[in-house]
Amino acid sequence: MIKLKTYLFLFFFNALFLPSVQASTWIVGKNERFKTLANAIQHAQPGDSILVKKGVYHEHNLIINKSLHLIGQGLPILDGEGKYEVLSIKASHVRIQGFHIRNSGISSLKDLAGIKIYDSQYVQIIQNLITNSFFGVYVQYGKHCTINNNRIIAYGVEEQQSGNGIHCWNSSYLQIKNNLITGHRDGIYFEFVTQSLIKNNRSFRNLRYGLHFMFSNNDTYISNVFTNNGAGVAVMFSNHVNMYYNTFHQNWGDASYGILLKEISDGIIQGNHFEKNTTGIYLEGVSRVNMSKNTFSNNGWGLKIQASCQDMTIHQNNFMNNTFDVSTNGTLVLNSFDGNYWDKYDGYDLNRDHIGDIPFRPVSLFSIILEKNPTTLIMFRSFISALMDKTEKLIPSLTPEQLKDQFPLIKPIKL
Amino acid sequence: MNKIYKHVIADIIRNRIVLFYTFILLLASLSVFSLEDTSSKGLLSMLNIILMIVPLVCLIFSTIYMYNSSEFIELLLSQPLRRNTIWWSLFIGLITALGLAFFVGAGIVILIFEPSFLGLMLVICGILLTFIFTAIALLAAVLTKDKAKGIGLSIILWLFYAIIFDGIVLFMLFQWADYPIEKFMILISMLNPIDLARILILMQMDVSALMGYTGAIFKDFFGTSVGIALSFGTLILWVIIPFICSLRYFKKKDL
Repeated sequence: MIKLKTYLFLFFFNALFLPSVQASTWIVGKNERFKTLANAIQHAQPGDSILVKKGVYHEHNLIINKSLHLIGQGLPILDGEGKYEVLSIKASHVRIQGFHIRNSGISSLKDLAGIKIYDSQYVQIIQNLITNSFFGVYVQYGKHCTINNNRIIAYGVEEQQSGNGIHCWNSSYLQIKNNLITGHRDGIYFEFVTQSLIKNNRSFRNLRYGLHFMFSNNDTYISNVFTNNGAGVAVMFSNHVNMYYNTFHQNWGDASYGILLKEISDGIIQGNHFEKNTTGIYLEGVSRVNMSKNTFSNNGWGLKIQASCQDMTIHQNNFMNNTFDVSTNGTLVLNSFDGNYWDKYDGYDLNRDHIGDIPFRPVSLFSIILEKNPTTLIMFRSFISALMDKTEKLIPSLTPEQLKDQFPLIKPIKL
Repeated sequence: MNKIYKHVIADIIRNRIVLFYTFILLLASLSVFSLEDTSSKGLLSMLNIILMIVPLVCLIFSTIYMYNSSEFIELLLSQPLRRNTIWWSLFIGLITALGLAFFVGAGIVILIFEPSFLGLMLVICGILLTFIFTAIALLAAVLTKDKAKGIGLSIILWLFYAIIFDGIVLFMLFQWADYPIEKFMILISMLNPIDLARILILMQMDVSALMGYTGAIFKDFFGTSVGIALSFGTLILWVIIPFICSLRYFKKKDL
């Protein structure tokens, strides 16, 4: 009774005298007043903080329907026991910080997640460790949410039994920074997400894509590292996507690309590193994308640019040590390749302006042959293939005549 | 045997061609590695040297050497020596000289500039190709009595292994493009030591490109330790079989 009175008093006091509500802090722990989070959440008022002490909490599905700050001390464990969605956030201005969330249930029907944000704004997910969950963090209809400094680790074996690390659907103004994501189906998945920023994340050894974009416009990703993912990074059906200073590394396999760009328009790809991928960038139906200052090194193919791409400007990039720099599937070329550095260029520069005097054709005959008949790979680097390439250089017949760099650089661009 | 062997070595060194070959290799390998910023283009040039120049030099030099020392061989045969011993010493003398020439001229430089598995593979393949084409040269020399014919035969053999064989394979690949012939191609490549060496090096050099589907089939074979062992086994067979054939022919040959 006293408690209720206190509450009532506090409530009225707050309501009457304090325009800015004084938030209180509730402590949850083994030896504290609240043994479970559910209990504490029930008692807390919007704007309060809940401090969770170290321990293992089996809360089943914890629904947060008030604007609360949940702060873990010493990485308390929230266990979903392989059955439940661990945290469901259904209120705005919620902050989840410092928890270890593990073992969410697996359900493709309900898309169970470690932390799921439903229809909320200004939610912050910070410094959590999420392990062995179906989806790591799931945002649906979120706005202005922040997902920072989390480690999201799963041990997925097959795609069907595995969800995405950070899954965002129909959201906008998201900030996803400094996370580490591994072992999921897709590291980061964006569908109908706009005006968002993905920065400094590391996504590696995921089953499918390190980053997967669908129908997401006006997004930017900066300085992320995508390594060793099943199929690299895929960006599809989007426009105004900007990619700066990312690293794409060791995405190996026939259907594996540093980036797979499909039906993209009006983007900027700048300052990225593509290293040791089977294909650096695969472009299909891409238009008006500006690619500059990227480095392609030690890839099987630097660029695989399909004839369906148009108005691309590819300039000031470095192509080094790739088996093939550029390959294409047709003779129509509507893109500009001027002013790149190609280590295979063997022209001269008589007037010393650091621009080669004869144009460079980055598509070799052998790459065209390989496109048509992949088994011929076994003949690569043989004398006869070199002979064919040389002949083709003198008299281009099969390689697209227009695909050339008019102003190839003599020295690599310093990046 | 030791005495003949020593004599052969001394004779080869005295005629300076092998020294010249070593020097040219050294010059070529040093210049290709130091001209480029990255070692990969240098490696590519070295690959061409190993696949084209090394077999050619070994074939021509060994064939001519065998013809030039035919009088010496006849002299030896008049002594109480077994033909087996004479032929073995000649062969071992030649492969030591040429192998050493390759190792000093190109091998050391490759290992300095590319101290990796790829570099090691290049050196081993180069040495094995030296052995193989010396053995083939011996066979060509012993098969024909006429010097011009013998040298012609070895040039044709070089042309065949270095160029014509690849042309035929490429033709086959296009003819049977609709069939799954990848595994068959592995077998075919065993029939040409130059191809086999090239593929072994390719597996190390263009790893990224080879992770594609077709590449993966080759990679699954040539990239595994069993595949590498089997390929090297085949290359060693390529040394042994021509040599044994030439040895058998030499034993029966009426000089």
